[in-house]
Amino acid sequence: MTEALRTEGLCKHWGGLRANDQVSLRLPVGARHALIGPNGAGKTTFVNLLTGVLAPSAGRVFLGDTDITRLAMHQRVRRGLVRTFQINTLFAGLTVLESVVLAICERTGLAGTWHRAVARCTEPVAEAKDLLDRLRLGPAANTLTRNLPYGRQRLLEIALALAMRPRVLLLDEPASGIPASESTEVFEVIAALPGDVTVLFIEHDMDLVFRFAQRVAVLVDGRLLTEGTPGEIAADPRVRDVYLGEVTGEAERPFPGEEKRDAPGSAR
Amino acid sequence: MSASPGLSDGRWRWPDTVLWLVPLIWYVAWPDHLLLGSQVIITALFTLSLDLLLGYAGVVSLGHAAFFGLGAYTAGLLAVHGWREPLTGLAAAGVVAALAGLATSFLVVRGKALSQLMITLGIGILLYEAANKASSVTGGVDGLSDISMDRLLGVFRFDLAGKTAYGYSLAVAFAGFLLVKRIVASPFGLSLRAIREGAQRMPAIGAPVGRRLVAVFTIAAGLAGIAGALLTQTTQFVALEVLGFERSAAVLIMLALGGTGQLYGAFIGAALFMGMQDLLARQNPAYWQFWLGLMLVAVVLRGRGGVLGGVEAVRDRLRRTAR
Repeated sequence: MTEALRTEGLCKHWGGLRANDQVSLRLPVGARHALIGPNGAGKTTFVNLLTGVLAPSAGRVFLGDTDITRLAMHQRVRRGLVRTFQINTLFAGLTVLESVVLAICERTGLAGTWHRAVARCTEPVAEAKDLLDRLRLGPAANTLTRNLPYGRQRLLEIALALAMRPRVLLLDEPASGIPASESTEVFEVIAALPGDVTVLFIEHDMDLVFRFAQRVAVLVDGRLLTEGTPGEIAADPRVRDVYLGEVTGEAERPFPGEEKRDAPGSAR
Repeated sequence: MSASPGLSDGRWRWPDTVLWLVPLIWYVAWPDHLLLGSQVIITALFTLSLDLLLGYAGVVSLGHAAFFGLGAYTAGLLAVHGWREPLTGLAAAGVVAALAGLATSFLVVRGKALSQLMITLGIGILLYEAANKASSVTGGVDGLSDISMDRLLGVFRFDLAGKTAYGYSLAVAFAGFLLVKRIVASPFGLSLRAIREGAQRMPAIGAPVGRRLVAVFTIAAGLAGIAGALLTQTTQFVALEVLGFERSAAVLIMLALGGTGQLYGAFIGAALFMGMQDLLARQNPAYWQFWLGLMLVAVVLRGRGGVLGGVEAVRDRLRRTAR
């Protein structure tokens, strides 16, 4: 099977702390892959290594057949490896439409143009409007990003990523901080992506993971514990140990069907 | 209306007309004050170059006078050594300042605000002291005199009343305004604003932030150099203080007073600053900066967006009460 993204023995060590240790993961083209694990397991570190925010202590990252370990973040993005952020990092003083038009201009190489007005760049503008309509952000096109409700901002995060026409899309908790009704909306958008887009998403909500992921990778203490179909993962006693062992006092929800029994507070 | 409301279309609007009617009215109404008028226009062009850098791209500078002064000395030295044609001298000054901007941009754009301030400040001090030391070339603290210019376009002599100087400055500043207006409305301009709003997000949409900042730093330096050259050619003298820290600070103050990131702010700030300087200093030369300081604190605390920001706030309030 051809792989969209592959890591080989990826490590990130800070002194004695092994944030990521020998993580080797393969994402076939078109995969809908979830990355789960307790807080501090190194999930975001892993995404940061993939995207070039951090340089690995050891190991390599391949996009298709190309070794991209040494490329800068914006170069990886231009090759189709795109991410969203766990906490919104948007352009507060730009409108929604401006943000997406800019992203499209960056992708198409128009962003260095200085002699033509943005409003006259008809193709990027039309594409941006299409994309915003698809994400139901059309009515908010001319809203300043800072005035956008938080849930809409999460969608804009995804819109910016989609504007890059990703081959591989990394979503770091795309639905964090928004109500369950809206998080379903976010994941419906993700599920409706074209089949050739490969998706790896970090998510704490196991309902969402089991609904939208074809495969699940479990990261614990910086190591890849196991990887398999949602059914296999749910049945894996080691995974249950990890989660049940740390569920108390954590914001994370346990596996579907167990929450009422284990977390009495959530009934209300 | 344009095809895409909400996006910059770079069109001419009524405030543009108002802005450029003022200097034309000035020419007719106060023909005795054209020298002050030229100075304001030149300073406004200088401030505009900083607005492109700071107001749009968010790069702060405490040494922008370095490029202004470099342009001023380039034009002056060319004239002293026999090259008296104004337009080519102006262009040469712009190129020299832009090249200096390009060379130093790599030091500036990587850092955060504080290191940008310190590095630009350092570059300014270095150039000032270099010009001071090289007095055999620059005239040092005595300045560079014996500058005379050919007729502008071979027709207009630089007269004592300053009519040619005024028209020349106005025309060059207008060209600079059109250029900057075009740049900020473009995708490149949009990417500069995005860098200001969230530079850390830019690599995630594939944007080469460093390259964009190098480009804008170079353009801003070139424009500042052209403003400096205008001052030299219209006053036929270069004082060492063209490179001084006070000028770098003043241009920052003018921009803050007028409002950043809106083009007009540069003109309003320059006119306000120099008008106040002229009026207040006439009454009490030692004291005028007291009022300047007071106004600066008030404007920045109240409006944040300078005079223009204040106007906008009032307009918003009127609209809300109207509803």
